[in-house]
Amino acid sequence: MTGVISPRLALTDISKRYPGVVANDGISLKVFPGEIHALLGENGAGKSTLMKIVYGVTKPDAGTILWENRYQNINSPAEARRLGIGMVFQHFSLFETLTVAENIALALDRRIKPVLLAEQIRDVSVRYGLPIDPRRLVHSMSVGERQRVEIVRCLLQTPKLLIMDEPTSVLTPQAVLTLFETLRRLSAEGCSILYISHKLDEIRALCDTATVLRGGRVSGRAIPAKESNQSLARMMIGADLPECRLMENTIGEVRIGIQRLSLRTEDPFGTTLKDINLAVHSGEIVGIAGVSGNGQKELLAALSGETIVAQPQSVLIDGHPAGRLNPAQRRHLGLSFVPEERLGRGAVPPMSLSYNALLTGSRRGMLRSGIVRKAIMRAFARNVIDLFKVKCNQEYSAASSLSGGNLQKYIVGRETLLQPRAIIVAQPTWGVDVGASMLIRQALIDLRNRGVAVLVISEELEELFMISDRIAVLAQGRLSQPVLLSDTSVEQIGQWMSGQFDTIESEREENELVPA
Amino acid sequence: MNSMVAVITSTVFAATPLIYAALGETVTEKAGMLNLGVEGMMLVGAVTGFAVGIKTGSLTLGLIAAAIAGIAMSLIFAVLTLSLQTNQVATGLALTLFGIGFSAFVGHDYAGMPIPSLPDLHLPGLTDLPVIGPLLFNYDVMVYLCIPLIFAVQWFLTRSHAGLKMRAIGESPSVAHSIGYPVLAVRYYAVMFGGASAGLAGAYLSLAQTPMWVEGMTAGKGWIALALVVFGTWKPLRVVLGALLFGGVTVMQLHAQGFGFSIPSEFLSMLPYVATIVVLVLICRNPKTILLNQPASLGRNFHPTA
Repeated sequence: MTGVISPRLALTDISKRYPGVVANDGISLKVFPGEIHALLGENGAGKSTLMKIVYGVTKPDAGTILWENRYQNINSPAEARRLGIGMVFQHFSLFETLTVAENIALALDRRIKPVLLAEQIRDVSVRYGLPIDPRRLVHSMSVGERQRVEIVRCLLQTPKLLIMDEPTSVLTPQAVLTLFETLRRLSAEGCSILYISHKLDEIRALCDTATVLRGGRVSGRAIPAKESNQSLARMMIGADLPECRLMENTIGEVRIGIQRLSLRTEDPFGTTLKDINLAVHSGEIVGIAGVSGNGQKELLAALSGETIVAQPQSVLIDGHPAGRLNPAQRRHLGLSFVPEERLGRGAVPPMSLSYNALLTGSRRGMLRSGIVRKAIMRAFARNVIDLFKVKCNQEYSAASSLSGGNLQKYIVGRETLLQPRAIIVAQPTWGVDVGASMLIRQALIDLRNRGVAVLVISEELEELFMISDRIAVLAQGRLSQPVLLSDTSVEQIGQWMSGQFDTIESEREENELVPA
Repeated sequence: MNSMVAVITSTVFAATPLIYAALGETVTEKAGMLNLGVEGMMLVGAVTGFAVGIKTGSLTLGLIAAAIAGIAMSLIFAVLTLSLQTNQVATGLALTLFGIGFSAFVGHDYAGMPIPSLPDLHLPGLTDLPVIGPLLFNYDVMVYLCIPLIFAVQWFLTRSHAGLKMRAIGESPSVAHSIGYPVLAVRYYAVMFGGASAGLAGAYLSLAQTPMWVEGMTAGKGWIALALVVFGTWKPLRVVLGALLFGGVTVMQLHAQGFGFSIPSEFLSMLPYVATIVVLVLICRNPKTILLNQPASLGRNFHPTA
């Protein structure tokens, strides 16, 4: 081995089976000291399983792990941490009512005096450009700040390998650049980084090498800087990236109107909405960008009717004041709604797909004098399943038995077939694979072309730039002026996402929106 | 002056069992466990303390036995909810019903028997001081033990690493589990601490406040203790303050009855409970205080395998 640098981590032929799926099938990869190694793949390609194996959360069925040239079984996260492996999870593992320092103290394997710990946190956070105050309570922090806490928590253990699981899905484009600087500094100091993502641009900008996974197998290895998005996409999905285009479309009257919507939140972890104004016209898709936790949840609740607002005029559906109507009444006005949580709000998990169709489709002839007409209900469900290519065991499958992407296709299909006049969709493709994402996006575009007003709230900027006619940003409970896609750029929207924008003046909009 | 001293000392006297029971429940709830069996645990503690006190002639042994009985009762709750995953609310209610019946059964032969009351400590020099003496240095041992207990619980919850772990578990057991903390074990300990405290609180009733055993003698004090935990927004010092307030109102209405106001005594006896409800409503009007202090996983079971 003289003269050759040995890898810090070498996985050989790692396999892991779950009942019915092979999550990892003979995966091998090597990470060298100071290398930023991308693990690229779609949802369900086996990235998370592989990382759980490295971090000691799950055990592989077969294969060996070589850590710094020694065979190593990693049996628990604590053991992984002892070896020098740190992991930043996609869904944070922080306690909201505790302070930063308390959260970090809980995860450290050794005991440090609180005063010393606070000092160490400040040291590390200054050194890596991750400013955080150890005394702050986590619930008062933004998502980006929380991620800093997670990273600092890992860095305090001086890791030799840092695993980042989809770290940028919660960050503004500017915050992503800061994160990349931190990661580059770490790698310059010799720390290896395993960077899990499905975002091709980011991987090409940051990573030295990449291992691409598809269906649990390695489908390619590459030096991302030398590849194009298209070539990486071919390795990742086995085909070219599908595209969807917006054709010119005639825009009609206002179907969803929001005027001077202000809403104080009772939830200490919530966001207060401040003077929100927006008009979504028939035949257009308006995208609302922004990092979640900036009022998305509150705005959605106010639009769907889960929260009733004081002024009926604050929410207009198809010209009718709807602020004080409940969700069923708003649906009656022609509003369809696809919530963010599929299981629990979009669908009732243990109920069959056909009963889930009844939940929102009851007014489409499925009821007669309060009695369910099962034949019509089933036919409707079958129709959705066929049109949207939902993979399931007919309409009798329980909603909870479908994969995220399939269930989302079913829910979007159900709402679409209700022939809405306006539709609100939250995070349409969150956790959905590329193929299903494209189908869902195309469904939304078809609705637009048929003259429906479509409002999409999403964290994925890329997606919004793909399907929106106009785009606005929700930050800190305020909504920016919507701009035509041709008049803006990712950089500008990114800047707006941190809250630097002018809102619409309410007076002007009001004249435009009040029905005659 | 003397009547003021009397009011204050009897307030402390009335508040002591509530402080024990409520502090215990505060710790239990901070770990995310909602044990509604406080009333039942208190009754079993009361009858056990009394029986052991009479049989052995030692009130100290009686108190120790009461704490053990309380722990035994709480273990029933812990095994059912933690190991067998039963619903916490239903199990807690069942524990109270069980405690009422069981204590009545065991205590049948002891009803009406006399027992010497827990003696007030006589501190030479101090107890004889005018005003200060009876005000501060003329209580029984349980009142004095209460003070270090209050500060120990406060320190444990806010300053110690073990307390931080426990609060973290009450906040999010799944995250705590993923970091590698023994969620179920910690919850067992927290429930057992609550049981011991409730047992002592019960014994204080039967050995000090009204030194005899009467069926159902807690008269809802276990429920008041539960309410006090919310009243104090899960903060030990505020919980104690709440217990003192409740004790104060209880004593006031007794004195008012003594002065012979022309208000029906039933109405006056109602006052402490009405006061509790009013204060609870006022506190719950501000959802922020509740949301920020209530352990997020309170009353929810946790399956470590899931």
